[in-house]
Amino acid sequence: MKSSGPFAAIVLLSMLSSACQPVLPTTRVHGLVYCAEGSPESFNPQLVTSGTTIDAISQHLYDRLLDINPDSGELIPGLAQSWQISDDGLTYRFQLRQDVKFHQTSYFSPTRPMNAEDVQFTFGRLLSVQHPFHQTATEYPYFDSVEWQQLVAKLTVTGPYEIEFTLSKPDSSFLSTLATDFAAILSAEYGAQLINNNTLADLDQLPVGTGPFLYRHYQKDVLIRYYRHPNYWRQLPAMEQLVIDIVPDNTKRIAKLLTHECDVAPIPRLAELSLLSKRDDFVIDAQTSMNVGYWAFNTRTPPFDQVKVRQALSYAINKSNILQAVYFGQAEPANSLLPPTSWAYDKNLNIQRYDPLLAKKLLTEAGYPDGFQMDIWAMPVQRLYNPNALKMAELIQADLAQIGVRAKIVSYEWNTFRRKLRLGEHDSVLIGWSADNADPDNFLRPLLSCAAAISGSNRANWCDENYDQLIAKAVHTPKLEERRAFYQQAQQYQAEQMPLVPIAHSKRFQVRSRNISGVRINPYGGINFTAAGKSL
Amino acid sequence: MMFHYLLRRLFLLSFVFVALTVFAFSLGYLFPGDVLGNFTGLRNISPAEEIVLRQQLGLDQSYWQQYIYFNQRILDGNWALSFSSQQNVLDEIINVMPATLELASYALLLSLIVGIPLGIVAAVRKDKWLDKLISGLALVGYSIPIFWWALLLIMVFSLTLGWLPTSGRLSVLYEIPTMSGFMLPDILLSQVPYREEALVDAIRHLLLPALVLATYPTTVMIRFTRESMLDVLEQNYIKTARAKGLTRLQVLYTHGLRNALLPVTRQVGLQFSTLITLAMITEVIFSWPGIGSWLIDGIYQRNFPAIQGGLLVVSSLVIAVNMFTEILHTMLNPLARKF
Repeated sequence: MKSSGPFAAIVLLSMLSSACQPVLPTTRVHGLVYCAEGSPESFNPQLVTSGTTIDAISQHLYDRLLDINPDSGELIPGLAQSWQISDDGLTYRFQLRQDVKFHQTSYFSPTRPMNAEDVQFTFGRLLSVQHPFHQTATEYPYFDSVEWQQLVAKLTVTGPYEIEFTLSKPDSSFLSTLATDFAAILSAEYGAQLINNNTLADLDQLPVGTGPFLYRHYQKDVLIRYYRHPNYWRQLPAMEQLVIDIVPDNTKRIAKLLTHECDVAPIPRLAELSLLSKRDDFVIDAQTSMNVGYWAFNTRTPPFDQVKVRQALSYAINKSNILQAVYFGQAEPANSLLPPTSWAYDKNLNIQRYDPLLAKKLLTEAGYPDGFQMDIWAMPVQRLYNPNALKMAELIQADLAQIGVRAKIVSYEWNTFRRKLRLGEHDSVLIGWSADNADPDNFLRPLLSCAAAISGSNRANWCDENYDQLIAKAVHTPKLEERRAFYQQAQQYQAEQMPLVPIAHSKRFQVRSRNISGVRINPYGGINFTAAGKSL
Repeated sequence: MMFHYLLRRLFLLSFVFVALTVFAFSLGYLFPGDVLGNFTGLRNISPAEEIVLRQQLGLDQSYWQQYIYFNQRILDGNWALSFSSQQNVLDEIINVMPATLELASYALLLSLIVGIPLGIVAAVRKDKWLDKLISGLALVGYSIPIFWWALLLIMVFSLTLGWLPTSGRLSVLYEIPTMSGFMLPDILLSQVPYREEALVDAIRHLLLPALVLATYPTTVMIRFTRESMLDVLEQNYIKTARAKGLTRLQVLYTHGLRNALLPVTRQVGLQFSTLITLAMITEVIFSWPGIGSWLIDGIYQRNFPAIQGGLLVVSSLVIAVNMFTEILHTMLNPLARKF
């Protein structure tokens, strides 16, 4: 916005001054305002992948068959009370809760509780071209990315509250997929009503779910209003009303926080964090989220095809320096692709140390005593996992100069950048990854597998049979302990081979007024206000 | 006689509107991009639709014919769709207009209530310290850049003191059904249990923007009333009235005020266009959901149908208000009637 220049200065100035607490009128105590960065693209999580949309809709409106315990990362029962997996790992049978009611709204009145038909309706849409709603969307991005259509061979209702998924091949990340925010359960009865009225598109615009809040009103770029779902099957939310106030301008969002017009807001810019943390009427929540920023070498181009060269470069960079300068200390150093919160994280991995002498020695052993010339590609956009790739590249450039490697920094416009990366024109690249679900497979496969080297998400172009076997074995193993062992081997192997240097797991931040309780960042998905409380 | 005058005015008005619509119409060609898209607001037009649309808009006919069709669509309410929302631009304008009118009218009211008495006081106390103070303040208010003034007020009253909100018309937690689109009447008409609370909240939201927007017209009112009052007080009939033994207050009220305020009525009309321009800036700063922030968003997004429609409505409004106050002025002031 035009005004945001001087406005920003004023807001920053005011953050330094101490604040007076305004007095809230009593009615406002029963509602909570979350200030979001943008409007949702749709009200159906099946159709989107953007974090802003997921935060605005998913956890409020819908439930999933399974949920993820935010502390341990374990799967816990959601709409499914219990489940059994067949010995061959191909059949998953779920028993559903019988006391779950859908939202009663101005456009739909449910006549029956949620049952197996609804689950079939929900997932059938993704699977079958015959499903009346399949064609109303052009793509189902998350489910397409996990190859859902190829994975799920059959979906059978085996009882009024029992449903069975048959897979075409064993996949132990299947349950994690069902627990993501994208796997929201929709109402088949509502679908039938829409078919009757011939208003199919409403399924994704006027939502009906089983979640803690129900849809009341939406005005694009202004707000979304939710009411409490009075028949929610879990503990009723304390808030009668939840308003998602859409404030795209960063500075205005902070101004609204300062005047307590917003109760909770996500803060993407690290620079503002230290200023806000000086005020005592706010609490800043931080949580390492499921992402990783890394430096990948193009292992198909010499000299990066040599393990010793890659190891040398990994010893040459000063990570703690990068964490301070690029992430303002708001990230955890990474020594695996997996964040430490993941259940498969290997705690025994060596912490990558900064050792230019060792790096120099390794380079000499590899046959480059005088170093060499290389490119570092720095991505041109700001992402949570790498807020400033250019600055990071400059730091790495300086570090490499000490061991005699002369680095040149390269950057293109984002689309060109990605296209050229896919063509493998780079020597090395600074980029990162945000996971869609909590499963370790979601890090290890798309970033380093042979298949990913072909499809393009493996920026190291690394194809190693040993590694591929390890992660394939892990997916085909239903037992958690055995899976963990395979993943730990894979992580150790990756640390040895060093096709990429993991740099940081960035934290996610949110700011809330001190009188708001029960809202925390969920590392595995969207924000949840079910337990939110507000005091005067 | 009066009828002829009105007829003449109406004639002039229609000329202005013709010029305005010609300009709005030509924007469809002057804007970059596809003419068909600019006129309809549709995106991704298929070849089959294109043929039908071209026929409907008369794009294969003369400009004159196209202009006629354009006016027909305007009159039928069949306006172009907004590029960003794909909704009829007229509907969107009807949605956002009340917010602007509400803000502008409160600001105007404020400027009259504050400006006119201060102007009179300054005139009566001419060259005394009170006059100097009022005139000095008016000069400061007149020269202050409105966006800076707005930011200053936000900084003091919202961010530092935390007394007043920074944006919007009402806290988002209050749900008031839209009836007239004007916030205060809507709250009074609504049946919600938190009516009083919402009313207080709406007024708190209104305070800063109205104050900011009122600043400039108030100073103009002060200066204008003062000048006009001084002129009138010099007139012979005032001296006569004083000589006849009327008190100062009686003279001021019965002879001075009415004559001095006549040019002020006209000024209200002339100030209206400035007010609308300033309202746009105010709206953007305070995120006030009126036509100003809507139009400026449209400009940022290169939303040509919105720019075209917004321009047409805002200009028509300004012209209509100008014309109305002029007629009012003529009716009140016998001297201005050049029949």
